Amino acid sequence: MNGRRGYFQHGYGWIAFVERRAFILPGMLINLGINAILFSIFMLNEKPVSDRIMEKLSILSDAAKYDVSCASSGSKRENHNKGLGNASNGICHAYTEDGRCVSLLKILLTNFCIYNCAYCVSRSSNDIQRAAFTVQEVVDLTINFYRRNYIEGLFLSSGIFKNADYTMERLVLVARKLRTEHKFNGYIHLKAIPGASEALLQEAGLYADRLSINVEMPTEQSLQLLAPDKKRNDMLQPMQYLQQQINGYATEKKRIAKTPLFAPAGQSTQMVIGATPENDWQILGMAHLFYRKLQLKRVYYSGYVPVSHDNRLPAIGTPVPMVRENRLYQADWLMRYYGFDVREIVNETYPHLDMEIDPKLSWALRNLEQFPVDVNKADVSLIMRVPGIGIQSAQRIAAARQHSRVNADLLQKLGIAYNKAKYFLALPSGHMPRHDYTAAQLREQLVRMQQSKYQANFSPQLQLF
Amino acid sequence: MVMVLYDGSFEGWLTAVFEIYEYKLADVQFAQEHACNLSMFHSRHTVQTNAAKARRVWQSLVQRNSIDAANAVYHTFLSEQQGIDAVLLRYMQHAFKQQKPVETDYSHPSVITVIQTDRKVRREKHRMEAFIRFQLTGDGLYYAIAEPDYNVLPLISRHFEQRYADQRWVIYDGRRKYGIYYDLKQVSTVQMQFSQQVQASAIQQAYDENEQLYQQLWQRYFSSVNIKARKNTRLHLQHMPRRYWRYLPEKMPEGR
Repeated sequence: MNGRRGYFQHGYGWIAFVERRAFILPGMLINLGINAILFSIFMLNEKPVSDRIMEKLSILSDAAKYDVSCASSGSKRENHNKGLGNASNGICHAYTEDGRCVSLLKILLTNFCIYNCAYCVSRSSNDIQRAAFTVQEVVDLTINFYRRNYIEGLFLSSGIFKNADYTMERLVLVARKLRTEHKFNGYIHLKAIPGASEALLQEAGLYADRLSINVEMPTEQSLQLLAPDKKRNDMLQPMQYLQQQINGYATEKKRIAKTPLFAPAGQSTQMVIGATPENDWQILGMAHLFYRKLQLKRVYYSGYVPVSHDNRLPAIGTPVPMVRENRLYQADWLMRYYGFDVREIVNETYPHLDMEIDPKLSWALRNLEQFPVDVNKADVSLIMRVPGIGIQSAQRIAAARQHSRVNADLLQKLGIAYNKAKYFLALPSGHMPRHDYTAAQLREQLVRMQQSKYQANFSPQLQLF
Repeated sequence: MVMVLYDGSFEGWLTAVFEIYEYKLADVQFAQEHACNLSMFHSRHTVQTNAAKARRVWQSLVQRNSIDAANAVYHTFLSEQQGIDAVLLRYMQHAFKQQKPVETDYSHPSVITVIQTDRKVRREKHRMEAFIRFQLTGDGLYYAIAEPDYNVLPLISRHFEQRYADQRWVIYDGRRKYGIYYDLKQVSTVQMQFSQQVQASAIQQAYDENEQLYQQLWQRYFSSVNIKARKNTRLHLQHMPRRYWRYLPEKMPEGR
């Protein structure tokens, strides 16, 4: 209790201090006359260091926030030199009011940019405040935030100024300084700038945990429409180069333990959703290729937030396609963890994800002949496909049936979504639910059940609050 | 009915389990030494915490089940829930009776309680690893206060020791009135004294000159990465429940 009071006194003490300064200033102006006023205005223009850094942080974190990648997991960097930090399992240190994870200090080195991509808030034709951090400023912010346990590390991106190499060089410089001068072992995610030299990408990989290049548009046509200066191949080429390097170093490390880490958390990319007319089949098909061909660790789907009056794009005020984005992530998880093939989720016949129900349920309703699944006999991979049962629950069920028969009562205790799952399960007699619904009846029933639970999320009127 | 008295520590409880078998005590009820509402009609057995006995019970559990199962028992104990020591005794008795591991025998009520409680305690541990916020004092100590739901400081100590190997830090549990302190070599448990009357100016001076600046920068960062068009308060609160806000600088009004 005492400690808590101390914290608050501390906080309020500062507020009082700031207010007093604000009061003194006008009083001084009256006493000292016009010369002093001019002098004061001059002083105000020359902002103190802390105000300038505050302003830069506002501008350059605001511009970086549309990159949705937040992961800080998947690396295995240890604090081997009794230095600062480590990077292993991701931690979300805070969540924004829109519910997204804040794990890294995600900023642009600068929002000056020579490109004019219609969907981007930092496009060169956009009339916004521009700013640039110095290398030292980024290093100081990272170290000081990290030491206070605010963040897991740094996510550094940048607008393209001068050219690709010049920009990439600055990003690498920050990472090098952190790793070598400050013995920083926390997580570093660097943007790989398309068109930068292989030598720079190589050096970036030696410092960073993850590298990413955002393809942004799911298809070549959309990219051509909205970012005519950019070419899709310029993005895919460095991704292929990095893939070779990552695999090369990983193989080498198995042979020689001293081989340095090279982007141990792999590569990721991002696609903007809802700015262009691609369907979910095209988007998930693209993601599937990224996972299979380029071995990406993550593909992010960023629901387009309107930032432009450009008539090639949805108008400002168009709602962000948040439900669609969520369904895409659910489908992504099914592909990566649940052993689903992309064609089981979306295909020529069903090119769109169902917005009202999740993709696993919608697959189950299209394939009712595969059910009911007998939890006491079926393989874990089949139990995982039952709507309402996750990977962990499936494994628990498999372990539990070694001891005794699994019945409805136990399933509920294990924490599965029983009300959803029960329609797809065969259980020991006495608990047998009815299995004579048609897919359409079942869908209607389940939608009604979840609407009563998630009404607020589906009613456009309530979203205002 | 036998009242088994132990000192409230995990080691003490493990010793108690050993002695329940050693002295063939039946129909036992646990109580901690300082508890005063002891019934006069019960016979008593007072446990002296004994590291060797405790280790034997622990290792036997590890061998019969697994290290994960043993850790789940430890985590469950740290939940400090009313009567959890009795539930854990039933778990141990079940484990020692069966030939095969019981950690996945979910049909036994104590097993379900242990996995559910273990999950809650581990979530709280993870939350503390996320929500601890250090403040730098003038003499270079990184200082944090928290009030975790469960007694998780023993569980987070290794994480912070590995991560912040080159800075002195202390994490203080305001509810349980003890802290863990790292002196660049090792972590030790500490008690702290707070004086009731502290002047604001003294506290102000106690902090590093840049501490306020970094708190404000962090507040500014937190508010500017928010996308207003995507506001989702329900999700925000689900991830960051209000009870954690009091020690999070980003959830305090901005200093200016």
